[in-house]
Amino acid sequence: MNQQMINIRIDGEPLRVPATTTVLHAAEKLGIHIPRLCYHPRLKLEGSCRVCVVQVKGFNYFLTACSTEVWEGMEVETNSPAIRQARRDIVELLMDNHPRDCQTCERDGVCELQKQAYRLGVRERIFEGKRKHYPIDNTSLSVVRTSEKCILCNRCVRVCKEVQGVHNLSQQGRGFNTVVGPAFLSPMDESICIQCGQCVAVCPTAAFLEHDHTERVWEVLALPRDVKHVVVHTAPAIRATIGESFGMPIGTPVTGQLVTALRRLGFDGVFDTNVSADLTIIEEATEFLSRMKSGENLPLLTSCSPGWINFLEKFYPEMIPNTSTCKSPMQMMSTLLKTYYAEKKGINPKDIYVVAIMPCVAKKYEAGRKEHALPDGTPTTDAVLTTRELAWMIKSYGIDFESLPKGEFDKPLGLSSGASDIFGATGGVMEAALRTAAVKLTGEGVGPLEFEEVRGVTGLKETTIRIGDIDVSIAVANGLENAKELLDAIKRGERKYHLVEIMACPGGCVMGGGQPYPPLDHDSLDSDLALRRARALYTIDDNKQLRRSHENPDIEHLYAEFIGEPNGEKAHALLHTHYQARLPRGIR
Amino acid sequence: MPNNVTDFLTALQEKTENALTASSDNQKIVIQIGSATCEHAAGSQDVLDEFRRHVVSSGRTDISFHPTGCTGRCSKEPIVGVFIPGHAPVKYEQVNREIVHKIFASHIQNHMPLAEYALDGSLEEEAIKNKLVSDDPVSKNFTDIYGDVPFFKMQRRIAMRNAGVLNPESLEEYVHIGGFKALAACLSKGDPQWVIDEVLKSKLRGRGGGGFPTGKKWQMIAGQPEKVRYIICNGDEGDPGAFMDRGMLESDPFNIVEGMIIAAYAVGAVRGFYYIRAEYPLAIKRIQNAIDLCRQNGLLGENIMNSGWSFNLEIRLGAGAFVCGEETALIRSIEGKRGQPKVRPPYPTTKGLWGKPTVINNVETFANVTAIINFGGDWFASVGTESTGGTKVFALAGKVKHTGLVEVPLGVALKDVVFNIGGGVLGDRELKAVQTGGPAGGFIPATQIGMQVDFEPLAKAGSIMGSGGMIVLSDEDCMVDLAKFYLTFTADESCGKCTPCREGTTRMLEILNKITEGKAEMTDIDKLERLARLCQRTSLCGLGRAAPNPVLSSIQHFRDEYVEHIAHKKCRAKKCIALVHYTINHEKCIGCTVCQRACPAECIKGVRKEAHVIDQPRCVKCGQCYEVCRFDAIERI
Repeated sequence: MNQQMINIRIDGEPLRVPATTTVLHAAEKLGIHIPRLCYHPRLKLEGSCRVCVVQVKGFNYFLTACSTEVWEGMEVETNSPAIRQARRDIVELLMDNHPRDCQTCERDGVCELQKQAYRLGVRERIFEGKRKHYPIDNTSLSVVRTSEKCILCNRCVRVCKEVQGVHNLSQQGRGFNTVVGPAFLSPMDESICIQCGQCVAVCPTAAFLEHDHTERVWEVLALPRDVKHVVVHTAPAIRATIGESFGMPIGTPVTGQLVTALRRLGFDGVFDTNVSADLTIIEEATEFLSRMKSGENLPLLTSCSPGWINFLEKFYPEMIPNTSTCKSPMQMMSTLLKTYYAEKKGINPKDIYVVAIMPCVAKKYEAGRKEHALPDGTPTTDAVLTTRELAWMIKSYGIDFESLPKGEFDKPLGLSSGASDIFGATGGVMEAALRTAAVKLTGEGVGPLEFEEVRGVTGLKETTIRIGDIDVSIAVANGLENAKELLDAIKRGERKYHLVEIMACPGGCVMGGGQPYPPLDHDSLDSDLALRRARALYTIDDNKQLRRSHENPDIEHLYAEFIGEPNGEKAHALLHTHYQARLPRGIR
Repeated sequence: MPNNVTDFLTALQEKTENALTASSDNQKIVIQIGSATCEHAAGSQDVLDEFRRHVVSSGRTDISFHPTGCTGRCSKEPIVGVFIPGHAPVKYEQVNREIVHKIFASHIQNHMPLAEYALDGSLEEEAIKNKLVSDDPVSKNFTDIYGDVPFFKMQRRIAMRNAGVLNPESLEEYVHIGGFKALAACLSKGDPQWVIDEVLKSKLRGRGGGGFPTGKKWQMIAGQPEKVRYIICNGDEGDPGAFMDRGMLESDPFNIVEGMIIAAYAVGAVRGFYYIRAEYPLAIKRIQNAIDLCRQNGLLGENIMNSGWSFNLEIRLGAGAFVCGEETALIRSIEGKRGQPKVRPPYPTTKGLWGKPTVINNVETFANVTAIINFGGDWFASVGTESTGGTKVFALAGKVKHTGLVEVPLGVALKDVVFNIGGGVLGDRELKAVQTGGPAGGFIPATQIGMQVDFEPLAKAGSIMGSGGMIVLSDEDCMVDLAKFYLTFTADESCGKCTPCREGTTRMLEILNKITEGKAEMTDIDKLERLARLCQRTSLCGLGRAAPNPVLSSIQHFRDEYVEHIAHKKCRAKKCIALVHYTINHEKCIGCTVCQRACPAECIKGVRKEAHVIDQPRCVKCGQCYEVCRFDAIERI
């Protein structure tokens, strides 16, 4: 279709825009930001909140800017007194059916409803009456559902369906009694939820939040040092995003400040999950090479993303044999801290408290999995803090993050290669694996370093890479709806790959469900945001001397001193796991 | 090709005529008994039973039974017709087992009709003298039977011309009175545009409430590049007290099916759906029967009437949500999704069912199609007003003497419907208003009773045509209470998708509750209006936009009643219990203790032969004492 140009007027200003432009976007060209709540650029049009109403000449009712496309001669008013009052009243109606607890709410200050209420001038409650009451559903280890705070914008429903392909959430009941939840409002832990936390990321209020672990971390940090040895390790993606929470530009790498902040908070050891990311590559590459040799269970599917693992167990258990048995980097690191590190320090593993800083809410569920425990049943990871939770703790402590001196991770388990940093972006695990696999496959000690084909935020990337005299077909999926497409094609035999990377969150860990709420002018799921955050990781990688996981001398040392052979017996005991089908009740 | 269709019709007609003559002897007495949900509820099946027993025990073999649908004369059901060859048809009202006995003994055995049980006094001299003899070919069959009933005489039957005339389950009877002639005409012309042109000429407008010109809608979809198109008949009649669609689906299903096939042909639809609410089991059964018979007789399916054109129809059931009558919600419901409206545009005509162009019309709209084709678009247009052709069926109810389904030409004066057809206000009380358009309609005050009934005048008066609810209100009705009643319904049926309807209706209802409980302040009227306007201007679908109509129009026309409730804590109609008080007039009370014994709250105190007293705080205001007092000593304030 050729782009026909249309002449319209917005608030009297003439404007020429392409034919399919909506009023919302046309107004943005004039620098007018029409307020909105249910609208989300990456999700299907909902048009339900009605906050973005505008007056269009010739209509005796108001039209929503998000859904109305321009037409020739259209005259729009975005701020007439009637429109201003209508928007204000709509937001008040939402507030009236919402708890009056802004000051004690987790999202105070970063709540979209609060922001709109202030912006549109809801200074008094004119229509207040009864309010809905629902119990809080905190049955899930990852996600807490507080329906009383829900404004029914349906973003969570849409992200769960359209982006993640899970279809767990839906609206139920009708009218004033409408509520969002899993089928039959069953508890979240009995639902088909895969704990990815994208509902948390898109929720404009605090109706969906991560399961809070800050309180238990404060508690152990306050204990005497000889009672609990509290250590922390932080995932690759944190250093690229946590700066945003302190007003720093998107994509500012802040590794050094992060380390210092964690020490200030009182952690006895500050480690880098990157190290176990390197370890993952060694293990996974070894696994991959042996499967390449035998030709069995190909493609190999990566296993770093716990949201993806939940999805695998619930919806694609037949793909379990293909999935790498490697634990996620978080679990590898936590295991090493309670074994290798404990041994080295001479501390009883039971006295070590491991906190993981993760961009992910599914990690909270992963930490609670029974298979991730020491033989005596103690979990290897004791607490998981999301980026948001850590940022809050730092603020709560009163640490001036930006001006902190740059610190260094503790050793051992502190040195990592650039390959591990890029784990936080979609395609990063693949690239890191390819760097090592290329060298091992050719056996020449050298190989390509950068694989541009797997970078970027496209939902589904596939390519064939020639390594030595072998063609390696690979695919990278982010967002589970894309993964579904890929897996179905693999199952039908339409596509054949050797190695497949799957990350649950669209854009990878930098866009995880636990990452800071997007800054102004960005939406969660925003690809620009994903790219800028990922760029920080690629920059860190670029600036490192060490670029391949297997070249990491600490890793070599670790194998020599403690683990033995990659994929060996001890490696399997410590660094590998198993999966089981967890078909949701009533499905298949 | 065209000859094939004509041949097909001729063959079909011959076949059905043969079948009809084979099954009936013209000399037989026919007992016609209404058979629709309403008739059944009124006891028509018992009546049929009783007649059967009488026939069996009398040993007569010249009597046959003829089930028909519902004429729409609701308050007089069950209605029984006795047709004796050579005599004028006689209709009886409110027949029960006892009356059956009398009818059988007197009328059937002795040819002496019973005037006292005749429908609406239709055997009285005057009625017979004034019997409508119509040469209008459209409604001739109906008029021949019911022309002497005043309630029907003033109506104009087009959509409901076969209701109470035909056996709704007999294809033969439908073909006998000219069924499928219209479809044959369309198919033999071979030009869908001709059909659309006739409908455009007819000025037929959607009868579901919106009033969108039907021909224009069909033209829009016919012009779509996409060739896979669907057609839907909206039979999800959800307005409380409305049963026009049910009446037509149950009484004349073949007409609706034929109208829909014609529409499908005009717009080039490949598949059609009846969306009927599951609460209408008999309508579903009859439409399914009609579809099956049509399919068996080459009127549906492959190569319809030998024309080479194929089309199929099936039924989908509504699951009880009012909002599924809204077309985008209805489409989602058929698709198997949660029945919630979608933002428009795109309109269903461009992107409807499964993303394909879809035309949705109401049952009554389709009911008019065959008449338009048979008698011409120009004729249909001549029936209604300048802007709207044809008739409209209304469900006349409330404080009116004759309730039921009435079909009148558009443009008729509202007062004619209420007073001439409806017989005036019940108990000859004062007319206060007429509520039209169902729960999302508005109130027409008695002062405007002379207005024409059509889409525009009704909208101007702050109401809507809606699907055709018409409720007559007297001075015993409280306008605030009524606004509350309707809003309770819409708040309950709001789908919950958009903010103004979901939250706004609840808040409006809260304010109305406050007003009827005497707890409101004057500023609450302003709040109510502000919310109502918000809901009207910003809701997502037509349902939300129309939901505040009862509030706005009652405030517009009856503001003084609102003020009375708030400022004087008074409900003039004595409907708002919180504002009503019962006291005992000591001068009039003789101490008979009847009220004391009747009081369920045991709050009336007094000694025999002395004036009694009501303990006000404990009074539940049930009004029992008021009802039982024979000395007018209980005063209701």
